[in-house]
Amino acid sequence: MSLSRLLERLLQLIPVLLGVSAIAFLMMALTPGDPVQIMIGDQSITPEQEAELRRGLGLDRPLLERFFIFLRNALQFDFGTSFYHRRPVSDVIAERLPATIELSLVALIVALVTAIPLGVLAAIRKNSILDRLATVGSLLGVSLPGFWFGILLIMLFAVHLQILPVSGRIGYSSEVPTITGFLLIDTLLHRDLAAFGDALRHILLPAITLGLPMTAILMRVTRASMLEVLRQDYVTFAEAKGLSRRRVLFRHALKNALIPTVSVAAIETGSLLGGNMIVEAVFGWPGLGRLVVESIFLRNYPLVQAAVLLYAVTYVLLNFVADILYTILNPRVKL
Amino acid sequence: MTVLLEVTNLRTEFSARAGLVRAVDGVSLQISRGECLGVVGESGSGKSVTFASIMGLVRPPGRVTQGTIFFDGCDLRGMSPEEMRAVRGRDIAMTMQDALTALNPALTVGEQLAEVLIAHDETLPTGRAARHNAIKDRCVEMLGLVGIPSPDSRLRQYPHEFSGGMRQRIMIAIALACRPKLLIADEPTTALDVTIQAQVLELISDIRAQMGMAVALITHDLGVVAEHCDRVMVMYAGQVVEEGPTDDVIGHPRHPYTRGLLASIPRPAMRGQPLTPIVGQVPNLMGLAPQCRFHSRCPLAQPSCLVEVPMLPVGPGRRARCLRLEETA
Repeated sequence: MSLSRLLERLLQLIPVLLGVSAIAFLMMALTPGDPVQIMIGDQSITPEQEAELRRGLGLDRPLLERFFIFLRNALQFDFGTSFYHRRPVSDVIAERLPATIELSLVALIVALVTAIPLGVLAAIRKNSILDRLATVGSLLGVSLPGFWFGILLIMLFAVHLQILPVSGRIGYSSEVPTITGFLLIDTLLHRDLAAFGDALRHILLPAITLGLPMTAILMRVTRASMLEVLRQDYVTFAEAKGLSRRRVLFRHALKNALIPTVSVAAIETGSLLGGNMIVEAVFGWPGLGRLVVESIFLRNYPLVQAAVLLYAVTYVLLNFVADILYTILNPRVKL
Repeated sequence: MTVLLEVTNLRTEFSARAGLVRAVDGVSLQISRGECLGVVGESGSGKSVTFASIMGLVRPPGRVTQGTIFFDGCDLRGMSPEEMRAVRGRDIAMTMQDALTALNPALTVGEQLAEVLIAHDETLPTGRAARHNAIKDRCVEMLGLVGIPSPDSRLRQYPHEFSGGMRQRIMIAIALACRPKLLIADEPTTALDVTIQAQVLELISDIRAQMGMAVALITHDLGVVAEHCDRVMVMYAGQVVEEGPTDDVIGHPRHPYTRGLLASIPRPAMRGQPLTPIVGQVPNLMGLAPQCRFHSRCPLAQPSCLVEVPMLPVGPGRRARCLRLEETA
């Protein structure tokens, strides 16, 4: 990918983000329910107090004006104040973001380390029992709803076998001062192995639940592309050269077969963001997904808008990463 | 000349949903040291499968079901996969029809060349740096041998950065890296321009003379055979139908199929006259009756041809699979 292509991709970001901002803004504005009414709840206040509250939140201005104020501020990375938390939206999000990133990354790792070996094995032993099991498993993986599968895992490992915790990021007994916000890293930085193990045990089930659909998709992509590659002349030629089976499979076949897998993985990582909302709710994971769901119910406009923008940027950037990885793995595509 | 490769009564079958396909049926052949054998036949005649069987590269659902393969005194069919792997690339090497698809697009040319040496060459030094340098020197030497200019810098390039003719040369360099005793060249010129074809064939001939290596040249171009091969073997529908010294077979073909092949080649002397094609099609290889396979297309066919025909001697070092040999004498 040339520099001009890089710039072009970055420029494409502008209309995407503008569009996403407008949609996020309008969706929230058009959703029935009034944030002021929700904040008041059962309390009785005077109409003057209510008007004052509305003015304070900037909700007394016309819709279009509110949109332009939002855009102007967003350009300066000012996403306003969370109605509910009464703190800058960026602070609230920054607090919750590491938990979500950590969960997504672990889910991604889980997906990659199970999907690629399984896909390769299924392709090598095509039509074997293992291949059929993997195929059925991947079908289940994409079809099972995350909330149901998560609850199933909780019932089995937390309730029945009692070997893994039900929810949260870490046990109450562990005190880990925040450095990066990523518990798995912070615990290691403090050389607190017990806490690290605890955090690892907590993240396991949600990460598996979150990563399951992605595992299934990556498994199928790897299997299909491996089968395709194994039919190629260069694999036969590699065998004719008398290379070890290992080298033929991993150096010659897998390197080519991974090109689609990696691209799909990078794009699918974006879908983890959506999965996060459900998985975080099921496992009581204090991340961004849960915050966004809560904020939607509270009509916490500024926070939802900022989060939607963040999701959009992440998605576009991941596509970008997919392109770059593609060029790295595939020497025929020039960088 | 001593015999290098001796194949007897080889049979390779593919099990398909509709039944068993006998792609190679009772093929026997010999290649002496340093000899060049041309293997001719149309697509689907079993040329490539025969040699894939010899190299142990037939993939399921295909299977060698019968016959013996002796190479340099060793029984290849009796070898373990690991022993067979050691023979491939070291003693018997192969080039494929299209170098563009035979070279791995994701690996540099240098790596694809070096890995053959690493897999087979036990004379390489053991020290890390010395080994690395020895491998590099050999790679440069091989690319130079096949006529790649400035081989040193081109080792780091990928196959797509070379022209078609260059890629073919690189593939030949890889095949020859361990100085094999036998090179199986499967349609080495089919994917190339005419001008490059001649260069590549010259290259193979030169190296063959230098290394004293035997070559099995699989082709459907009788012109190539006439120019480069000591002996020729004609295959039809999974069987050898005629074999013998090249000049004899091409100068005076005895099997009606070989005659048909030669008659369908354009010649300057025949300008203005229509070519004579062989009418009909290659029979379906599934469930063939034991009878002459060329029968349905043969101008000399008689009802008495509907029996199993063995290879019959027709002069010194020549055999043909036909009952009407008096008529072609």
